[in-house]
Amino acid sequence: MSYVSVSNLTRRFDVSKPWLDRLIARRGKSYLTAVDDISFEIEPNTTYGLVGESGSGKSTIGKLLVGLLRPSAGTIRIGGSDDIAGRNDIQMIFQNPYASMNPRWRIRDIIAEPVAVLGGETRGLAEGLLEQVGLSAGDAAKFPHEFSGGQRQRIAIARALSSRPRLIVCDEPTSALDVSVQAQVLNLMSDLKDELGLTYLFISHDLTVVRHMADRVGVLYLGRLVEEAETQTLFDAPRHPYTRMLIDVAPRLDAPGDDPTPPDGEIASPIDRPPGCAYNPRCPIREDICLRETPALREAGAGRVACHLAPPGSGG
Amino acid sequence: MSAPVRPAPVRPAPAPILSIRDLTVEIPTRHALLRPVNGVGYDIAAGEILGVVGESGAGKSMAGNAVSGLLDPPARIAGGEIRLKGERIDTLSPERMRRLRGKEIGMIFQDPGSSLNPLIRIGDQLTETMHAHLTLTRREARARAVAALEEVGIPAAASRIDSYPHEFSGGMRQRVVIALALAAEPALVIADEPTTALDVSVQAQIIALLKRLCRERGMAVMLITHDIGVIVQAADHVAVMYAGRLAEIGAVADVIRAPRHPYTAGLLASAPASSIGARRLRQIPGAMPPLGALPAGCAFHPRCERAGPRCKVDPAPALAAAEGRAACWHPLEGGA
Repeated sequence: MSYVSVSNLTRRFDVSKPWLDRLIARRGKSYLTAVDDISFEIEPNTTYGLVGESGSGKSTIGKLLVGLLRPSAGTIRIGGSDDIAGRNDIQMIFQNPYASMNPRWRIRDIIAEPVAVLGGETRGLAEGLLEQVGLSAGDAAKFPHEFSGGQRQRIAIARALSSRPRLIVCDEPTSALDVSVQAQVLNLMSDLKDELGLTYLFISHDLTVVRHMADRVGVLYLGRLVEEAETQTLFDAPRHPYTRMLIDVAPRLDAPGDDPTPPDGEIASPIDRPPGCAYNPRCPIREDICLRETPALREAGAGRVACHLAPPGSGG
Repeated sequence: MSAPVRPAPVRPAPAPILSIRDLTVEIPTRHALLRPVNGVGYDIAAGEILGVVGESGAGKSMAGNAVSGLLDPPARIAGGEIRLKGERIDTLSPERMRRLRGKEIGMIFQDPGSSLNPLIRIGDQLTETMHAHLTLTRREARARAVAALEEVGIPAAASRIDSYPHEFSGGMRQRVVIALALAAEPALVIADEPTTALDVSVQAQIIALLKRLCRERGMAVMLITHDIGVIVQAADHVAVMYAGRLAEIGAVADVIRAPRHPYTAGLLASAPASSIGARRLRQIPGAMPPLGALPAGCAFHPRCERAGPRCKVDPAPALAAAEGRAACWHPLEGGA
């Protein structure tokens, strides 16, 4: 039984010009479909990685899962219930550890807030959590500006843990950190997952980080899931040409001077999606069908892929 | 990491485009005199990309700003010398320096949005730069602007030259910034985190473009980045900085395969790309100390597993270009 079950999730944003501009230009309303008919499941005590470039909808999915946004269509079931508003067993860690804390609050109050807001017992809570994330109990009386970026991200993790969550949505949790500090924070997150039986939705643009953290990975392109598989399968035998391109261009430390051919083109605008498969303008193997029909996400081996030309069955 | 160490490629004999010796930048504050750059020296030859890598606060951008004369007061060059094509530039007046920038030193910054004037058509921004540094008629300047945009891979350059910056995507805008930096054919380009704000697929395109232009034009490029992956893809030589000092310098292939400085080794090992399949990442304990609270001796010793008694007392040995690649009392030998 999966812990998180997302089916046919869709979220549209109204990006219309003001009504007078529309009247003068005789144009209707326009919408941006940030998340388009996405379904996936997360098993308990596993990490599900979502990767994609800007405009892929990955952060929107994270916000939908914690209830910061409401879906336009589709359902989200977490822990057997589809009521996700106001639950304290779902928490979130944000990218920017400088913007996600009130600079005038003491660390003690920041960490205890998710419990205090529901009237829970908070005495000693922050001190214990600080030690659990590798800081000291004495830090509870300090303010956010007294900490470095990596320490602040530890505090953000402590805050996420305070309400004893089962699911934590991590949106680019280490993208603002230096690489040596990133390793410390990722290791801490792995340890806490094992100790506390947590389930993570891990959102990142960085393929190498997702490869390290995730058990299963979904690849997003312009709001649609284009491929999903076990992490090792995905990296060893990517089926979608977009996944293959992402893996090819990721910098490798074992091949200095190796010159990958840079990919063609850039991501299209999500307001003005190309017809057919959204990746077709950049795809090296496109055929006529790709320009006409949007490929459905279909089963392929132990994973799923949305490509007309991906090999079926278990082949790589 | 047990591959045999290849000897560093023989440096071309002609004088380097950029030569920095013992550069020190100081910031006087009320409490202390900070040295964000402390005794740094390196050369960049024509047609060579030197990657300067380090974590935030390591002094990598400050060193770049010292070269381009863009240090924000009260930061100032307190020692050493900077030579561009053999001439000292660290002692030039602000006015002479201003004329040198753009003409001999091109600059590319992280955010292409803030490097362009949003109210001026990109063609006019390009021709303005050309007129400032070169003697051209208006028609010549416009033709060169179109050629410059074509060279950096802007499709249909002749028709897009009258567009405004907001009409371009982030990657295309960074291409325009590169065209702008190269408009007056500088000898040296300082690229400070040029791909950090871009998506990975676009990052690969911009790196390939920088490499091609560097080779074709024989420019010297100082590529400043926090991302060792970008260094591996783009640079010929790499300078690793830590707490204002040069920790290690050498050919990229040598440094990546067999780092000598424990900090370089730790930096490489903590990248997730180095521990594929491992459950935990290798990590360097602690964090880089703030400049106002540097420890005595080698600044890295509190985080270093190889640190001995000497490291706590004596500052790390200075890097002499000829011998030792790493500024360390106990360097790793041959690879680790």
